[in-house]
Amino acid sequence: MTDSLLSKRVLTTAEAMMSRGISRRDFMGFCSMTAIMLGLGPDGVGQVAQAMETKPRLPVLWLHGLECTCCSESFIRSSHPQASDVILSMISLDYDDTLMAAAGDQAEAIVDEIIRDYKGNYILAVEGNVPLADNGWNCFVGGRPFKHRLQETARHAKAVIAWGTCASFGCVQAARPNPTQSTPISKLVEHVPVINVPGCPPIAEVMTGVLSYILTFDRLPELDRQRRPKMFYGQRIHDKCYRRAHFDAGQFVESWDDDGARLGYCLYKMGCRGPTTYNACSTIGWNDGVSFPIKSGHGCIGCSEEGFWDRGPFYERLPDMRQFGIEANADTVGKVTALGLGAAIAVHTGVSVARKVLGSKPENGDEKDNQE
Amino acid sequence: MTANLGFTPDASGRRVVIDPITRIEGHLRIELNVDSQNVIRNAVSVGTMWRGLEVILKDRDPRDAWAFVQRICGVCTGTHALASVRAVEDALGIDIPENANLIRNIMHLTLYVQDHLVHFYHLHALDWVDVVSALNADPAATSALAQSISAWPKSSPGYFKETRDRLAKFVGSGQLGPFRNGYWGHPAYKLPPEANLMAVAHYLEALEFQREIVKIHTVLAGKNPHPHWLVGGVPSAINVHNSGAVGALNLERLNMVSEIARKTRDFITQVYVPDLLAIASFYKDWTKWGGGISSLNLMSYGEFPTRANDQSNANLGMPRGAIIGGDLSKIEQVDLKDPSHIQEFVSHSWYKYPDESKGLHPWDGITECDFNPGPNAKITPEKLTQVDEQAKYSYIKAPRFKGQPMEVGPLARLVIGYASGREDIKTLVDGALTKLGLPLTSLFSTLGRTAARGLEAQWAADRLVASVDQLFDNIRNGDINTCSTEKWEPSSWPKTAKGAGFCEAPRGALGHWVTIKDTRIDNYQCVVPTTWNASPRDPSGGIGAYEAALMGLPVVDPSKPLEVLRVIHSFDPCLACATHLYGEDGGSLAEIVVR
Repeated sequence: MTDSLLSKRVLTTAEAMMSRGISRRDFMGFCSMTAIMLGLGPDGVGQVAQAMETKPRLPVLWLHGLECTCCSESFIRSSHPQASDVILSMISLDYDDTLMAAAGDQAEAIVDEIIRDYKGNYILAVEGNVPLADNGWNCFVGGRPFKHRLQETARHAKAVIAWGTCASFGCVQAARPNPTQSTPISKLVEHVPVINVPGCPPIAEVMTGVLSYILTFDRLPELDRQRRPKMFYGQRIHDKCYRRAHFDAGQFVESWDDDGARLGYCLYKMGCRGPTTYNACSTIGWNDGVSFPIKSGHGCIGCSEEGFWDRGPFYERLPDMRQFGIEANADTVGKVTALGLGAAIAVHTGVSVARKVLGSKPENGDEKDNQE
Repeated sequence: MTANLGFTPDASGRRVVIDPITRIEGHLRIELNVDSQNVIRNAVSVGTMWRGLEVILKDRDPRDAWAFVQRICGVCTGTHALASVRAVEDALGIDIPENANLIRNIMHLTLYVQDHLVHFYHLHALDWVDVVSALNADPAATSALAQSISAWPKSSPGYFKETRDRLAKFVGSGQLGPFRNGYWGHPAYKLPPEANLMAVAHYLEALEFQREIVKIHTVLAGKNPHPHWLVGGVPSAINVHNSGAVGALNLERLNMVSEIARKTRDFITQVYVPDLLAIASFYKDWTKWGGGISSLNLMSYGEFPTRANDQSNANLGMPRGAIIGGDLSKIEQVDLKDPSHIQEFVSHSWYKYPDESKGLHPWDGITECDFNPGPNAKITPEKLTQVDEQAKYSYIKAPRFKGQPMEVGPLARLVIGYASGREDIKTLVDGALTKLGLPLTSLFSTLGRTAARGLEAQWAADRLVASVDQLFDNIRNGDINTCSTEKWEPSSWPKTAKGAGFCEAPRGALGHWVTIKDTRIDNYQCVVPTTWNASPRDPSGGIGAYEAALMGLPVVDPSKPLEVLRVIHSFDPCLACATHLYGEDGGSLAEIVVR
C-alpha cells in the first residue's frame, strides 16, 4: 500500500501541518514563534509562513556514531516547535536508528534510496563521532565501519549538521587519551558545509531552531569560526546569567549548601564555566525554559566547548578570572565588598569604561568568519 | 543442569543477519540460524561499538566522575551518575542528608517513568501496532474502545477522527519519515484497526507528554538529558522562607515538581497501563515466546533507599537479590564487593585476558582491546558479513553471577520483589495477571517483560508522588540540608580508598567500582544492565539472555524479522551502556586482523 502512495505529490510543510488538524490561525502562530526564535524582524512571520507553505518536507538522514543518544533525547524534548510537529510536518525523518520502524536490510535500503532520490537535497544529521582506531571497526553499523557510511552519505548531502559536542568537537570519548581516536565530523567531511551544534546535549529548541532556519531561508545560518550558528552560540552564559549581579557584587557560593547557595549567589568559586562557555542556556533555558544548571545550583561544566572534559577538575575555579581589572580577581573583590559595595562597582565600571575606550572584543566565538 | 542452561545452539541452518537493530540505544547486531521451518536454532548477539570511558577516567578527580560516566548513556540519563556518586561516597565514607536521598529518589523515579513510557510507545509499540492499519479504523468504535478501558478525557470520536485524518494525510504525502519501510501488513500484527488507531494517537500524545515529565530533572538539577549531580548530596539548595528564596529551590519550584509528578501519575494510570493491558490481551500467545533464561536466573541490586545511607534490603523500595535455577522460594544474597559473586569473562569478547578461562571481579579487571573477528568470520576491510561465534564476536563482555548468566531489568525486579513477599509488588502483579487471565509463569516471556515494565512504571509513578510528599514533609519539619561537605576537600581523604556503587537502572542492575589513590581515580569499572542481557557466550558455553530468548522462536519471514524485534525490544537494549571499555591501564590498541 505504501509503495503506491510514494508516487503521490509531496505535501508542503504547511499542508502537512494543516492536515494534522492545525488551523490556519495556529499555523501562523507557529510561524510567528519560529520567527521570534530566529530573531527575525517584523517581516519574519511572512518569510517563515511562505517557506512552510511552498516547500516539500526536507529529507533528513540522522546517523549515529560513537555517542550516547542524549542528542536524540534532547531533540524530542523540543517544545517550540514540538518534536512531533518537526518530525511529522517540517522534515521527513527518513532514517534515524532511534525512532524508525524499519530495521536491518529494510533500514539500510532507505539510506540508498534517499541518496538516489534526493541527491544534494537532503540533510545529513550526525549524532556522535567517528573512531579511526582499528581501521574504524570500533563502531560499525550494517556491518560497515561508521567512517565509510559517513563519507558516502555526506558526499551527496545538501549540508551536514553535527549534533552535539561529540559530532562537533569529539566530547567525552575524545577526552585524554582518546582510546578510539574519535574524530569530529568536520574533520572528515569535505566539500559539503558542516554546521556544529555543540552541547552535551544541545538545547532542544536550539536543535529545532537550526532546522527551522534552514527550512525558512533555504540556507545555513551564519556560523562563527568554530562553525557554530552565531544566533545561538554568540554569547557566553556568563554574559546573560541571572546571577551575574552577584558575580559583579562579589557575592559567591563558598561551599555547597551554604548561605550563599541558599541565596542564589554566583557559582564562580565552585568552578562554574559560564564565563568561558558560549551557549544559550542562560537565555533560552532548558526544557521549555524551566531552568538551567546554574539556576538549579550547580556551576556550568562548559559542555558545549571544545575539549571541555580536559579542562577540569570541574570544581576547580577558572584560573585568574580578572573580570574586575588588572589587579583584582574574585577574592580581592570579595575583600573590597567587605569594605564597601560602592568600591567594587567603581572598579567594575572602570573596567567597562576602559573596554569601551580600548574597543576590546570578547575572547573568541564572535569572529567574522562565515563558513558559507 | 548444564552450563548452557539447556540452550544448545545449532548453526547448521540458514544464516540471517539483522544489523542495525533499530529503536534501541546504540548499535546492536543480531545473527541467527533458522531451520527449514524458520525456527531459530542459533542466536548471536553482537555489540558493535566501544568508547573507552573507563580508561579516560583514570587520574581524574573522583568528584568529576559522575559527569563523565553519565555520558555513557543519554537515554537512561542519570543512572550512571547516581551509581558513580554512590561509589565515590562509599569509597570516602560520605553520608548524605535525607533531602539529598529524597531528591535523588525523585530524580531516579522520574527517569523510570519517562524512560519506560518512551520505550513502550516510541521504541517498542511499532512491533505490535500496525500504523497503516489504523487508517481503516472507525473513530466512533475507537472512542468506545478507549472509553471502555480508561477514563482518560481525550477519547472522543472527534479526537480519533482527527488523528486518523492527520495520519491519512501524512501517509498520503508519500514521505513516511520514521514509518518508512516498516513491516506494515505483516501477519504477526494482530490488533484490530481501532486498537491500532488508539495506539497511534497515544504514540503522539506520549511524545508530547514525556517532555513534561523530565522537567522534574530540570527544576532539581538544571537540565535533561544529563542533569547535574554532586558527591555528598545534590546541587540544589533549599530556601522556602527567606529573602533570596527565588535563587534556590523554593516553594514555587517544589510545587512545579509536585504538579508534574501528579500529572505524570495520571498519564501512566490512564494511558500507558490501560493501553498496555489492551494490547497485551491481543498478544497472549507471546507469553510462550522469548522467555530465555528469565524463568531460571534473575538478578536485582535493589533500589530506592527510603532513608538515607541505609542500603539494607529492608530499607530498599525495590529489593536486592538473585534467583537461580527458577527457585522462587530462595532469594540469593548479592554482594557487589564479594569477588566470587560478580565476574566478567572475555573468551568471546573483543578484549584480552592473560587467562581467558577465568573471570575477573571488576576491582581486579584488566583490559586490552582485541578486535579479532576470528578464523571463520566473513570480513573485508569494508564489510563484516558474518561473525564467528566460536571465537570472539562482540564488544560486550560476559558478566556472570556465581558463574551463571543472569537476566536483569523490570521483570527481574518485580519477580524478586514478588518472591520476597513485597505486598505492593504482589498486588500490582496479581492485579494485572487477573485482568489478563494469565498465570504467574506467563511473566517469563516477551510479553511478560513488556508488561513488567509498564507495571513498574505505575509503581514508580505512585512512589514518585509519595517521595515528593515526603520531601515536603521533611522541609516542613525544618530540615533543609541538601549536601554534606565535611569530606568535600581532597585533603580530608585517605591515601587510598575503594568503593562500589549500585543502581537499578530502568534496564536493570548497574554497578560501578572505583579505586582512588592520592586523590585521583586509579581504576574505574562499570558493569551495566545491557552487558548482562546482551552478553555473549562464556568459556563454559553459557549464553546470554538475548541469545537464549531467541532460541526456538518461529519467524514467519526471516527477511522481515518482526518477531526478533519484539523479543529484543522487550529487553529495552541500551548498547552505549553495554559496550564501553573496562580496564585498568587502557592497554595498547591491538592491530586489526582482517581476513
